[in-house]
Amino acid sequence: MRSLILAATARFLLPILFMFSIFLLVRGHHLPGGGFVGGLVAAAAFVLYGIAHGVEEARALLRVNTISLLGVGLLLALASGLLPLAGGEAFMTGLWFQHPVPVLGKLGTPVIFDTGVYLVVLGATLTVLFNLVED
Amino acid sequence: MNVLEGALVLSSVMLALAVVLAFLRLLRGPSLPDRVVAFDLMTSVAVGIIVLYAIATKETVFLDVAVVLALISFLGTIAFARYLEQRGRS
Repeated sequence: MRSLILAATARFLLPILFMFSIFLLVRGHHLPGGGFVGGLVAAAAFVLYGIAHGVEEARALLRVNTISLLGVGLLLALASGLLPLAGGEAFMTGLWFQHPVPVLGKLGTPVIFDTGVYLVVLGATLTVLFNLVED
Repeated sequence: MNVLEGALVLSSVMLALAVVLAFLRLLRGPSLPDRVVAFDLMTSVAVGIIVLYAIATKETVFLDVAVVLALISFLGTIAFARYLEQRGRS
């Protein structure tokens, strides 16, 4: 049932999908995109790899547990909300660095929040889909 | 009407026709694989329509949508193919 064509395709589509998901995540603060869509695309990349090479291989490629990915994402989102409190601002105030970083663009707490969303979506989708494919 | 506008109108008519024809196959398709192939064709045509819309409105943002749809629909077709394969064996 393992198809050689599919396995080869998945191997070179994985980095492309992953790069595109990071691109969506980084661009998503002022333009369409963002953590949710980026996380979905990254999850699609892993599911494609899982269908082609087997779920065990995909889990090994991910290295970390899907559930812990979810938890880390939620903690990151919470941390981005709590960070402005240290500076005396209201909860979840968006703080931005003055000078944009060359490749990533402007950085600030919304970027951390978006990364958290990215990880939560990736973790939740992969938890569901890996279990579905395994059955 | 310049050449670009004419090409846009012509290709949107052809793509709309392609969706209708693929949908007819989806409705009638004697077997399930026929329907899956028709569905795959419809998503490919949808990618074409999105790109056409991006050209017509000069919004490059829609091109990203087309890329995502093209990559994801490929995954959907593979999942369908896997399901059909498993069903055929049991």
